[in-house]
Amino acid sequence: MPAASHGVWQIGWALSDMIVRRDPRYSYCCMTDWLIQQSPALQATIRVLVFVLPVLIIVPGLIWWERRLLSWMQDRIGPNRVGPFGLLQPIADGVKLFLKEDITPAAVDRLIYFVAPAVALFPAFAIGATLPWGPHYGPLMHWTPIADVDIGILYILAISSLGVYGVVLAGYASNNKYSLLGGLRSSAQLISYELAMSVSLAGIVMATGSLKLTDMVAEQMKPLWGWDAAAVFQNWFIFTPYGFIAAVIFLICMVAETNRAPFDLPEAENEIIAGYHTEYSSMKFAVFFMGEYATMFIFGGVFATVFLGGWNMLPVNWDVLAAQVPAVAPFARVMDGANYWLAPLWFLGKCAGGITFYIWLRATLPRLRYDQLMSLGWKSLLPMAVANFIVVAIWIMCTKLYGPAGGWIALFVALAIVYVLYLNVVSATSKSGWYAQGRIRMTQGAERRPIALVDPTKEVRP
Amino acid sequence: MTVFMVLSAIAILAALGVVLFSSPVRSALCLVFNFFTLAFIYFGLKTELLGITQIVVYTGAIMVLFLFVIMLLNLGGPQTWKERFEFRTVLGFGFGFALAAVIASQVFANFQYFDKPQAPDSFGSPQALGRVLFTHYVWPFEIASILLLIGIVGSIMLAKRKL
Repeated sequence: MPAASHGVWQIGWALSDMIVRRDPRYSYCCMTDWLIQQSPALQATIRVLVFVLPVLIIVPGLIWWERRLLSWMQDRIGPNRVGPFGLLQPIADGVKLFLKEDITPAAVDRLIYFVAPAVALFPAFAIGATLPWGPHYGPLMHWTPIADVDIGILYILAISSLGVYGVVLAGYASNNKYSLLGGLRSSAQLISYELAMSVSLAGIVMATGSLKLTDMVAEQMKPLWGWDAAAVFQNWFIFTPYGFIAAVIFLICMVAETNRAPFDLPEAENEIIAGYHTEYSSMKFAVFFMGEYATMFIFGGVFATVFLGGWNMLPVNWDVLAAQVPAVAPFARVMDGANYWLAPLWFLGKCAGGITFYIWLRATLPRLRYDQLMSLGWKSLLPMAVANFIVVAIWIMCTKLYGPAGGWIALFVALAIVYVLYLNVVSATSKSGWYAQGRIRMTQGAERRPIALVDPTKEVRP
Repeated sequence: MTVFMVLSAIAILAALGVVLFSSPVRSALCLVFNFFTLAFIYFGLKTELLGITQIVVYTGAIMVLFLFVIMLLNLGGPQTWKERFEFRTVLGFGFGFALAAVIASQVFANFQYFDKPQAPDSFGSPQALGRVLFTHYVWPFEIASILLLIGIVGSIMLAKRKL
């Protein structure tokens, strides 16, 4: 080995040694000792300030990102005048909204009209309380989540279900039939999609064996699919077959829960003006707007925590990599340290990814019709989520009985059974199956005719 | 203790609001708020699962339906009406107090040896509850689920014009 590269090697080791250490002796550098000496109420307040204020600060950035990305996707320029790249545009918009005339229509139910925006904003900020922004071990562990309670994911579902109230109350209090229609639609939508969402999460809860979000992240740091040979890779739930299905269902429900395109029926402009916030102007409208963006951000965080390995940077167990492949050990140790110490940054990155996905959806998909929305929720997503739930149960049972590979065997057996069932049951009961078996004949009119672009009854002139 | 005091004061105010507001929507909202504060009292007693069940079931699900019904039945503005003084009102108050006294005599007797303001650790935790539900109380649990299933099927039967 040449001397120069040996020197680099040494520096790499020293650097990794500095970063990687996370035993309690080093906890002074993140003030954990100071934090856990405070009274519980003060601790909670500090955590809230540290992890809720960023969400408030990020919201204008999200609005800017949405407008710029959307205009790029739609081949427009977008806001680029105020500040560099139009970055100050949300602030200008905020000032504009603040200075606008605040109109209160005469016919509104005044108390409820004023309370509704606050009620809408509350769940947006309260949901994030059980999300872990960082590691649950080592010096950083006492900082986050704000409350590591036994019921983590249930809390998120419960609080997000309270989001209905803001919308319903705003629609009712406005005393305007379009507002009321918007509110009712939205609440029907939220209630419908909540079901599929909770069932898809229930499968993950079963796979984890705990409702705690920190336990879910810990579970996802285990070897991929429970195979010790694949210990380098982390078992993010989106990489498991049942987790992938659950992730897709959760993603769709998440978009519906936040009232975003293509599920933004409550505010379908061509049908019911601006829906439940038609009668709201100035800052009260801004509060609804802010609540929507904060909820989007937090739901991105929930998705990241449950399916994308939480605060981990990449699905790689760097310490295992360092042990197994000595050639990349310094690099792996530095990455391990970065993964640990910069955890909130990776989490934030995943939330930003979620937001980008939201915007991408909005640019791509047209809005659903109301009956399509309902049938998607009740007839497709909910049965799929329940089926997935059963698959998780079988997966866990087979893994316990036959070891880590058992789950895959069970999955393929289940797929084979479903295929056979499809051939025998579905094709025996559906009309297309009857055609195929010759049990019913096609009538004259239903027969397939060859399609010709040229009308055969007319002569083709040369 | 102060947390409990503040929360229970809010809960009592909300409960009074349920009775005293003339608009049914506002009363229902006060009831929602009351349930919500109750959930926080449960949190304060370290029984998070109970509190969150309170929010999911009552605040989240039942009250939304309740609000729907009220909103669809009563779409006008808030209206007030005055009641004439009646003998029945006095009688009603009397019976109310009697009922409160009966309930209080049953409830307060249990508070006699009560000195711990919090549940012990892992009391009512999801794990403990799940274990009990699927071992000791498995039959009542399953029967309750069948009841719910019958409810679902029944509502579909009622709502659908043709099956």
